Amino acid sequence: MRYLPLTSADRASMLETIGAGSVDELYSDVPDGALLSEPVDLPYHLGELQVERDMAKLAAKNMGTASVPSFLGAGAYRHHVPATVDYIIQRGEFLTAYTPYQPEIAQGTLQYLFEFQTQVASITGMDVANASMWDGATSCAEAVLMACRATRRKKAVLSGGLHPHYREVTETYCQYSDTEVAGRDGHPEKQATADELDDLIDDQTACVVVQYPDVFGRIQDHTKLADACHAKGALLIVVFTEAMAFGAVKSPGSFGADIVCGEGQSIGNNLNYGGPYVGLFATTSKLVRQMPGRLCGETVDQDGKRGFVLTLSTREQHIRREKATSNICTNSGLCSLAFTVHMSLLGEDGYRGVATLNHETACKTADAIDAVPGAELVNDSFFNEFTVKLAKPAAEVVEALVGKGVLGGVPLSRLYPNRDDLDHYMLVAATETNTDEDIADLASALKEVLA
Amino acid sequence: MSFTTHTGNRGLVLEEKLIFEMGEPGRTGVDLPKPAGIKSRLGGLDRDSDVGLPGLSEPQVVRHFTRLSQKNFGIDSGFFPLGSCTMKHNPRLNEKVARMPGLADLHPMQPESTVQGALELIDSCAHWLLVLTGMPAVAMSPAAGAQGELCGMMAIRAALDARGENRRRVLVPESAHGTNPATAAACGFTVDSIPATEDGRVDLAAFEAKLGDDVAGIMLTNPNTCGLFERDVRKIADLVHAAGGYFYCDGANFNAIVGRVRPADLGIDAMHINLHKTFSTPHGGGGPGSGPVVFSEALAPFAPIPYVVRKGETFHLVETADEKDGNKPFGRLKGFHGQMGMFIRALAYMKSHGADGLRQASGDAVLNANYLLARLKDKLSVAFPGYCMHEALFDDDFLKDTGVSTLDLAKAIIDEGFHPMTMYFPLVVHGALLIEPTETETKESIDQFCDAVLALVAKAESGGAEFFKNAPYLTPRRRLDETAAARKPVLRWMPETA
Repeated sequence: MRYLPLTSADRASMLETIGAGSVDELYSDVPDGALLSEPVDLPYHLGELQVERDMAKLAAKNMGTASVPSFLGAGAYRHHVPATVDYIIQRGEFLTAYTPYQPEIAQGTLQYLFEFQTQVASITGMDVANASMWDGATSCAEAVLMACRATRRKKAVLSGGLHPHYREVTETYCQYSDTEVAGRDGHPEKQATADELDDLIDDQTACVVVQYPDVFGRIQDHTKLADACHAKGALLIVVFTEAMAFGAVKSPGSFGADIVCGEGQSIGNNLNYGGPYVGLFATTSKLVRQMPGRLCGETVDQDGKRGFVLTLSTREQHIRREKATSNICTNSGLCSLAFTVHMSLLGEDGYRGVATLNHETACKTADAIDAVPGAELVNDSFFNEFTVKLAKPAAEVVEALVGKGVLGGVPLSRLYPNRDDLDHYMLVAATETNTDEDIADLASALKEVLA
Repeated sequence: MSFTTHTGNRGLVLEEKLIFEMGEPGRTGVDLPKPAGIKSRLGGLDRDSDVGLPGLSEPQVVRHFTRLSQKNFGIDSGFFPLGSCTMKHNPRLNEKVARMPGLADLHPMQPESTVQGALELIDSCAHWLLVLTGMPAVAMSPAAGAQGELCGMMAIRAALDARGENRRRVLVPESAHGTNPATAAACGFTVDSIPATEDGRVDLAAFEAKLGDDVAGIMLTNPNTCGLFERDVRKIADLVHAAGGYFYCDGANFNAIVGRVRPADLGIDAMHINLHKTFSTPHGGGGPGSGPVVFSEALAPFAPIPYVVRKGETFHLVETADEKDGNKPFGRLKGFHGQMGMFIRALAYMKSHGADGLRQASGDAVLNANYLLARLKDKLSVAFPGYCMHEALFDDDFLKDTGVSTLDLAKAIIDEGFHPMTMYFPLVVHGALLIEPTETETKESIDQFCDAVLALVAKAESGGAEFFKNAPYLTPRRRLDETAAARKPVLRWMPETA
């Protein structure tokens, strides 16, 4: 076994030093009958070549988004990841390091986390950000729990424009903590107004959660909602699924959000069939001690040189145990490194440039689809994703598009299995990876399918 | 000797500014096509101010992060015996396969017909975990160990609710990870602590005395955080079951027993498995992790969505709470289907080892730890008598009267070129040193580490306290002021305001 360096001679001499007769003897605390004497019923070890072949066989059974025109979004987006990103994150000193518990020999990890926190705070327009969460949906759930802690209130109001998976995860997290989750059903053709949720906000409301751009792709100004929340002592939580959007639209911080959280997969990270992703989480200076997760802070060392450490750990589970702000231990370190490297490559011009490119590609895609008989663009506003109403059930259309070699969009019935009224709607996302040929392929395939 | 260079660099250890301090406006590390000038449809909310990001070229970015990497110690750099964290070799094959087209570029919302290979892969990974644990069901979606705990405890809460029982007390041994009590609290349980015995295990009498009809269950780590196997694990399981509660096992240390002991044979109802520990998906400077949870028959129906079911030769992803098949999922834990990238790496690792190799790996991990224990036990004070599992625990008795603390010793170990062991954990022993060599270390590397530690201990005993107080000497940064960092937190870079 190539990963195991001990030889039989090593094992014999080590057992002798220990004073044990066999490895089994080291397991003498295991209750009688529970120690297996033979390997379990699974295949024996394979060489590198065979494992690679096995995995390639599984990969070949899938239709990859890189191999066909693909317009899938709904919370995960295919973007171009520069080669440099993957090169950096595969450096062993990053890839094989642990949580930076010994800051003297983990300054590489700590400095990029500090840079990551600064980048996330900048794009969201907030004061501070943490050193990453697991994904956008768990970030949203933790934001709601944090708002309840900060306000000492027990009601969370969720907008109908929130991604249904984010809603489900939030409900899961709140179900055993006496937090009431209220809200409205969303619909892509019922324009949610700024005061959609006004009448649900009362003096028991801890927070209102809105998505920006929302799950149907719409972009709305939430200034009035922020004011309404603050007038009642509630916090405004702004959730996003597309971190690229803030290169083109005003930041949530600019309209008074108290917590901004969402998914960072778009920047530096592959689609990976849903994970691992990287949850982003930002807030105001006032609320920083209520934040879940890890924080990296600047300090000096013994010689007076600037350095970085994990800080404010008195919020965390390893100090506060059952009174901690959350049970989170592991973060998404390597995914946040990918984010940081990609964001560093983009810079101000690149970030805003790629956002513009996304928007323009989406505009072209929307127009091309809108021109297809039986397909109608629903959105007045959007960034790189929008809703289309189809003359046929969207799930059937998407399946038929697969037959034509196109991954066309996400049917809303996939996100809302219990909502018959949404069966004819499809979410379509376009990014800088989509070419004019892709758009033409989608439009012509759609035309045939809807004819 | 004090010598300062003009640049602040130290030979080839180079100082590196923050990216925000080195960029120039107008510079970028990507080449993009020019915008076509299409009229925007951003709802009138077009960004009208700068984001505040620096402009760097591609070579600047490569150099910056390469330099940062050189200030980090990873398992590829050297011996990394961080107890409880399991820093073993990370095969690059796993990285290669996780990046294959057709795996890395799959979208989580693709039609099922286009991801049959991905679903088969999840199902295979699940199969390996089920056979290795002997359990009947597994939830693959938890994002990390702590979320696995949450998953297990929520299933227990859901099962109790289904029984109409209002049990709210959870028993947690003193030696538990801090995530255990935090998780129990997140599920609305109160935490009742169980003391440890003289030999580092759960005090069975104290445990029995705490049982009652308000006990939801116990959260036990086995092998435990003292690096010991809980001999009474079956009695604990029987007692908690007889009292009407469930047995949650924290499987963070499963790597000590994988292929040799099946958790199902110990009476466990739910256990998370840290794929990044037991099956070597890299730790990445703090994540991502992955924490699938195996369940007994009693808890299986409550496992969260989504899950994969096999129907003949095709695979189906169940994404809604569908009670028709008897399942009553407690909800959804994660945005999509789990840490697929980690499943790929873990499966590649399991296939590479096979049933025979995994068994050898756990045996070698335990052998290495006991060898290290044997080499150090005469000089260092062993916390508990007997054989250890995959990690060896010492207390700071041996440093008594030397003026050297566990922390000081750890910092001196850094200068010797090793990552220090886990310090001050578990809390049940004073000044703990928890050392885990793992199975991928050679006898030579363990000997080298032991020799260095023994030399340092001799130095401490001969009055070297002052030396230890100032260690490390040779690192890119020396001891950092953590108190100042917490007192006046600086959590982001800000432009200088004149």
